[in-house]
Amino acid sequence: MTVPVGDISAPFTFLWDQWDSQVRDNVLQQFGYWGAAMAIASAIGLPVGVWLGHLHRGSFVAINTSNIGRALPTLGVLAVGIGVFGLTFLNIVVAFAVLAIPPILTNAYVGVDSVDPDAVEAAKGMGMRPREVLVRVELPLALPLIFAGLRTSALFVMATIPIAAIVGGKGLGEIINNQASFRLSGVIGAGILVIVLALGVNALLGVVQRLVTPRGLRLSGADSRGDAPPAKSVLPTTTTPEQ
Amino acid sequence: MTPVHAMLAAGGPVIPSFGKSSSCVQDNGAFCFDWIRDNWDSTFQPALINHLKLTVIAVGIGFVLALGLALLAHQRRWLITPLTLVFATVFTIPSLALFQVLVPISGLTVLTAEIALVGYTLSILFANIITGLREVPAEVRDAARGMGLSDRQILFRVELPIALPAVMAGLRIATVTVISLATIATVITVQSLGGPIFEGIQNDFKTKYVAAGLLTVVLALVADGLLVVTQRRLTPWARARRA
Repeated sequence: MTVPVGDISAPFTFLWDQWDSQVRDNVLQQFGYWGAAMAIASAIGLPVGVWLGHLHRGSFVAINTSNIGRALPTLGVLAVGIGVFGLTFLNIVVAFAVLAIPPILTNAYVGVDSVDPDAVEAAKGMGMRPREVLVRVELPLALPLIFAGLRTSALFVMATIPIAAIVGGKGLGEIINNQASFRLSGVIGAGILVIVLALGVNALLGVVQRLVTPRGLRLSGADSRGDAPPAKSVLPTTTTPEQ
Repeated sequence: MTPVHAMLAAGGPVIPSFGKSSSCVQDNGAFCFDWIRDNWDSTFQPALINHLKLTVIAVGIGFVLALGLALLAHQRRWLITPLTLVFATVFTIPSLALFQVLVPISGLTVLTAEIALVGYTLSILFANIITGLREVPAEVRDAARGMGLSDRQILFRVELPIALPAVMAGLRIATVTVISLATIATVITVQSLGGPIFEGIQNDFKTKYVAAGLLTVVLALVADGLLVVTQRRLTPWARARRA
């Protein structure tokens, strides 16, 4: 077994040289898949999760969605989706959306469900109607967990999109899966880029979270209550490695 | 006519038969049950068994190593942070890239796949086991020491049983993750269920890859379910606490 001790700057040189011809297109494709999948997953997962949490119902559905979703093998879901619906942009996006919904839905549910009942009582006592309670009290207080779910999904989807290349999709997986053409430096370079993008969207959503959290909650530190555990924490993670 | 021609003419037209393929297969349907049934033994069963082998070996070795490292780090606290950092990094590497990067080192073999899979398992299990051990309340440990138990006895009779739910949760996540990653290992060794998926897609043979994909999903869900049942059986006190 020989360990190839190569030029450590080779992956970065690769990214730089091949940017125009290959890498930039792949990055745009990644964002295309990612954006569409996140949009669909949020459009489905957020309303359902928030609504169930507000009603304090359907915990069985919410928790088990998360369990089943976490268990789904990415390549399996992609294969079934493509087989049944064909290899198109939309089908790949749908497969990733399916994988992205569980963390969003479950976290939204748990976030709204676990809002301090005293706060809800106080709001009702002030005369707020259920919808007002939801929008003005429950949602802001649930924001940390909701965003934790969004960020988990965002990171997971971005880091998993390369898998689509195995089944003929596009994205940085085209490079990673093609060591013959792009050499090890290319594979490592694209791999590093994927990690950077995944952590990048996670950080970006963190900024959005900060901007969206009402000032009062931000000052009280409540906005970091439900932060997705940072990669370096010792907490057991509920996310799975990029598959 | 020569005697040969006469013989051939007498036998009627010769229609070559390349084997029986139903109309479903000829139309490239997404799920031809007859083809699946006919080819189970040759295509799906070996892949399934190999997939199971890959999974069991990876999770088994990963668990033993994680347990050993966690117990070591539990004694020598200074090890926790560096080990956690190392594993968190491995955790973030996109699996496709990790597989490809290992190929020049250990070839297109099962060993390469196992190295990567064990690495991911270790990352998940180490964090869970360490956290489980640390969550043991100090009062419980004090009480045990007050009862005269030695350090080793405390470990095996108090700390590990209390940490069991966290360990089982980690095992669940790790097993399900490995099942999913093992399909991706197909890019370096065709021995898992990813093989039929990949071949099916390359030859545009829908039933093959849809069925293999579904099989992976079912396998993951069944494994998850079995582990949940095992977890409930092994920790009856957790059930009572929740009730």
